[in-house]
Amino acid sequence: MPDAPGLELIRGEVEQDHPGAILDTGFDRDQPALVVDPAQILAVLAWLRDAPGQGYRFLSSLHAADYLPAEPRFGVHYELLNRDRVERLRVKAMLRDPSAAGPVVGGGGALRAGHGPSSTPPTAAPPTGEEQLPEIDSCVELFPTAEFQEREVFDFFGIFFRGHPDLTRILLPEDYVGWPQRRDFPIGGEPVTFTYNERTYG
Amino acid sequence: MRERGLRARDMLRGDLEGEELERYVEERVVMTNFDKLLNWGRANSCFPLTFGLACCAIEAPIALVGSPRYDLARFGAEALRASPRQADLIILSGRVSIKMAPVVRRLYDQMLEPKWAISMGACSSSGGMFSNYAVVQGADKFMPIDLHIPGCPPRPEAVLYGFTKLQRKIMGNPDQGWRQRYNAAGTEEWARGGPRSEPSPEAAEAYEAARELIRA
Amino acid sequence: MAELAMTDGTLDTEVMTINIGPHHPATHGVLRLVVDLEGEVVRDLKPVIGYVHTGIEKSCEDKSYWKVIPFVERMDYVSYFFQMEAFCGAVERLIDLEIPPRAKYLRTIFLELNRIHSHLVWLGTTALDLGAVSMLWYCFRERDRILDLFEMATGQRMHTRYFQVGGVIEDIPRGFEAKLRQFVAEMPVRVGQYQALLDRNEVFLSRTKGTGIVPRERLLELGVTGPLLRAAGEPWDLRKAFDYLVYPEMDFKIPVGTVGDNYDRYRVRVAEMVESTRIVEQALDALPEGPFIADDRKYVLPPRSELPTSMESLIHHFKLVTEGYRVEAGEVYYAIESPRGELGCFVLADGSAKPARVHFRDPSFVNLQAFKNMSVGGYVADMIASLGMLDPILGGVDR
Repeated sequence: MPDAPGLELIRGEVEQDHPGAILDTGFDRDQPALVVDPAQILAVLAWLRDAPGQGYRFLSSLHAADYLPAEPRFGVHYELLNRDRVERLRVKAMLRDPSAAGPVVGGGGALRAGHGPSSTPPTAAPPTGEEQLPEIDSCVELFPTAEFQEREVFDFFGIFFRGHPDLTRILLPEDYVGWPQRRDFPIGGEPVTFTYNERTYG
Repeated sequence: MRERGLRARDMLRGDLEGEELERYVEERVVMTNFDKLLNWGRANSCFPLTFGLACCAIEAPIALVGSPRYDLARFGAEALRASPRQADLIILSGRVSIKMAPVVRRLYDQMLEPKWAISMGACSSSGGMFSNYAVVQGADKFMPIDLHIPGCPPRPEAVLYGFTKLQRKIMGNPDQGWRQRYNAAGTEEWARGGPRSEPSPEAAEAYEAARELIRA
Repeated sequence: MAELAMTDGTLDTEVMTINIGPHHPATHGVLRLVVDLEGEVVRDLKPVIGYVHTGIEKSCEDKSYWKVIPFVERMDYVSYFFQMEAFCGAVERLIDLEIPPRAKYLRTIFLELNRIHSHLVWLGTTALDLGAVSMLWYCFRERDRILDLFEMATGQRMHTRYFQVGGVIEDIPRGFEAKLRQFVAEMPVRVGQYQALLDRNEVFLSRTKGTGIVPRERLLELGVTGPLLRAAGEPWDLRKAFDYLVYPEMDFKIPVGTVGDNYDRYRVRVAEMVESTRIVEQALDALPEGPFIADDRKYVLPPRSELPTSMESLIHHFKLVTEGYRVEAGEVYYAIESPRGELGCFVLADGSAKPARVHFRDPSFVNLQAFKNMSVGGYVADMIASLGMLDPILGGVDR
């Protein structure tokens, strides 16, 4: 893994091309992490993939975590891997929940540098209705492996990926309502019947 | 059971007459030898459906039928059938998720009478350890199950024991229709227009007629 | 499969969309494929998954760390030791706990035995799909021997709950080593028998050679790892790349293919079986004496013999069993090489006794994205062969 000074170097270099992209760096339990502004995530990922000397060309995993009650609530994690130097790097983009009476997620066209994929209109419209979903750009153009993984994140957390070719539910039935892996979604299931509560549940 | 005991008492006292006596004899006293032969045949040549959902599927049917050690062929059930139209027995091996439940139900409906269902393992019997939004808490919720086998996953010997129990059940039960077996009137399907549609008048009539038949 | 002969244009053809439903003898588990066929040629393919989605990741958030282990085992239900290792390894990194050397060796032995087991199940079922029906019985005969070994050591054939955070739950019994050595001596002979059956079989060769080819770069883009990637010529194996457990001390080779067709995938996995046998043998030879689980009573249950005499042990035991240990806030991603590829476990801890998020990067889920590339343009029968060689385990795909 790039060690702590290496991480700061990466931060410095990214800052030169894309100011304000990296919000924080972390080095927890020997695993480096970059916290990135969600509006510039594609720029940072592209830089990490293509800049000479970086070469994080393999996206091991794309997943999300719900940090409730901390704000911003959703963290989309990109686990990058450089196979030549055998180094892992985690990139996190923290998103707010717009339906929680907060400001809409930042990321209008004005902030983004002009990248081809993200300037085309999204092929899937965000679901209409009262609920507003946190949005982030899809990195399917950069890393095709993200296709299923972004669908899974959408399925479980309701995070909308702009530009994804087919953002539908993948593991739950298509007409399922709700985002199960958010922390405020109940776990479901039935209470187990024992003799003392048989009358209530049996 | 109590009712049968009372009727047996009446019969011995000579109190049952006429139609009641005939019915009693028909139900209780003897099953024709032909029926017995038929049931023996059905029990000893069950065609299970090649159906595996999750972990239990590796233990059975694969380890049961496809393994030289725990051999289901000695019970006559080695002819696994892929089509539900040709199978007698569906072994629900594995957790039934909410997306899969309608598929399982449809498979069960496509099977022809007489048919039996074994719920293998804790997950299909009762939801197992997964008490959450995604697993149906027991396949009993949407289909009739004849035999439950506990375990996570049950040993192949446990499944074989369960299978022999099922064989005894098949041989002992004169009435093969599962609706009669479970007194499950009202579970027939009709061509629906949607989840909450009403049956057409013809279908409703047929439905009532079927219900009368079962109740009789 | 570049051009397939069209007749002189007078025939009217139409693209037919068929559903190879979740219940099908050839899908390895409940995988549904919506396939667009033109004649027998696959034009488009869409896998629909989620039929065995169990909500394991959500359930894990409700249980203490110790209790998560049986849940997590049941994801990819053929390689259960790997999931245990991924989770226990991740938690051990979170709490910075070092496991004793004997535990490392024991874990390696069981992991490699599980790899052989997974490949045997794969070989039996895939050969069955391709028509070589008797392979199922041969492979499962060996598989039963491995399960006997598991049962001897842990009490359960599958889903053994053997790895715990800190080591393994129990030491191997007397007689295990002898039985394992017997198995290890016979396994290469058996693999030779499987190869004798299949390697020169005309039908098997014509079905697998030259089918399902995906170029290596495309596989890397799609995130495919494991034997699929190695068959395409890329020598990438996490056992050699990252040092975990005792793999740095083992001497083993990584089989790598050349063309990347289904035949190469078959050869790579069969060769891996032999290599795993060698690793087991070496680990068994080098197995050190010592404790089989770490000593830190804050995270590891004290031995039961101490409970009647030591008050402190009793308190530790009570705390660990009722609430469980607390893990400081942090997150970790730990990846190992499972029989299907990179199995990664992400654990987010928030300071309480229950993990806030457990996510598994399952190799079958990501590898399934390559299935379209493997099948489009080929025949339906080749699609079935590719599906077998892809080795998806739907429990892992759906979690």
